[in-house]
Amino acid sequence: MKNLISMRDLTTKEIMHLMEVAAKIENGDIVPDMQRKLAALLFFEPSTRTMFSFDTAMKRMNGDTIIMSGTKNTSAKKGESFADTLQTIAQYSDIIIMRSPIEGSARYASEVVDIPVVNAGDGANQHPTQALLDLYSIIKTQGSLENLSIGLAGDLRFGRTVHSLAQAMAMFGANFKFFSPSFLQMPQYIKDDLKNSGIKFKEYKDMDGNISDLDILYVTRIQKERFADPEDYEKVKGSYILEKSMLSDVKENFKVMHPLPRVDEINKDVDNTKFAYYFPQAKNGVFTRQAIISMLLGEV
Amino acid sequence: MSQVKQIKVNAIKNGTVIDHITAGKIRKVLDILHLEGNEVVMVGMNLFSNKIGRKDIVKIENKELSEFEVNSIALIAPEATLIIIKDFEVAKKAHLQLPEHIEDIINCPNPKCITNSEPIISKFKLTDDQTSQVRCLYCEKKYLIDEVKIKK
Repeated sequence: MKNLISMRDLTTKEIMHLMEVAAKIENGDIVPDMQRKLAALLFFEPSTRTMFSFDTAMKRMNGDTIIMSGTKNTSAKKGESFADTLQTIAQYSDIIIMRSPIEGSARYASEVVDIPVVNAGDGANQHPTQALLDLYSIIKTQGSLENLSIGLAGDLRFGRTVHSLAQAMAMFGANFKFFSPSFLQMPQYIKDDLKNSGIKFKEYKDMDGNISDLDILYVTRIQKERFADPEDYEKVKGSYILEKSMLSDVKENFKVMHPLPRVDEINKDVDNTKFAYYFPQAKNGVFTRQAIISMLLGEV
Repeated sequence: MSQVKQIKVNAIKNGTVIDHITAGKIRKVLDILHLEGNEVVMVGMNLFSNKIGRKDIVKIENKELSEFEVNSIALIAPEATLIIIKDFEVAKKAHLQLPEHIEDIINCPNPKCITNSEPIISKFKLTDDQTSQVRCLYCEKKYLIDEVKIKK
């Protein structure tokens, strides 16, 4: 693995190896040393969680970071080309971790520079480190990635997190239940991909009463702004809010995940149940990103 | 020898014939060919074909196609046959094939794709789907071949 640009580039074997490295880092069996290593965090689009997670991952390994957030103070404002910006940054650092609203920008960056590039989100396209930390969270709570029942809830149309997760879990033979308002359904191209891979999925309008056979429920936020008429939002929002009372007949191993930030789609009363896993999931992001960085820099 | 073959072989001394173009695609083929405006061009539309039912055909005198033109035509009319005529004889005949990797031929229809904001050679790959679709190697979006625009 020279770069991490898209989940499409990874084989199941590579994913499982990365999961093992992340577990060893978490358990202290591997202690990667990034002293004297510098990661450039280029966030052309604002992000707090992903950026802090990478920053933490690097610093937990005694490495350091240089951070560019937004485009306000960059040479792009002076007319410098994207390729020149990247090549200059590559002279200073050992690895580039970048987020951009432009789709395909991380792939292009990996062609322009000769140091490893990690895609931390390119528009609506890919967010592979989120998908990998989700997989790591699933394997930690379920013991395996094979043949699980996964529920995906909320905005399935615009959420790249659920797209990547669906595609990644399809590699391991998952069954899916999709919970979303009709106009925020999983896009057809993802459903086509799943069909082509022989993956079963069913679409629902309501979570309540339909989650008892799930191993994982992955909740995402429905943005009010997506609705042309605010009244339509008020009508449907209740169907996609998870409450403690809905968890009475779920499986023992059932876990609730969320990429965060949460607004009101998971009621606070779920937080203290043994099923809530969204905060440990965020912590898993650091181990996963430590594994990704150290593997790309040849330290493990 | 069929009537169509006689026409194409005998009608021009030197040049190129593109035969077995799926009926209705001739306009797109003509768009791809960089014609100066002074060439002798003969076009047949909706002709009967044993091989593909209805077909279009074009004959251009004194023109050899560039690699770009051949690859572009292969993309929109992959069933076409390319015939090079030299001194009234068929010098070369080749069945076009849909290329697996398509470089610098298509513009990505996704306005948010990096290929539309940076000076980058576009790269597409045929998908494994049954319908003819291509996937942009940058933004990873998938498009039907009929939806994409060939570069000028």
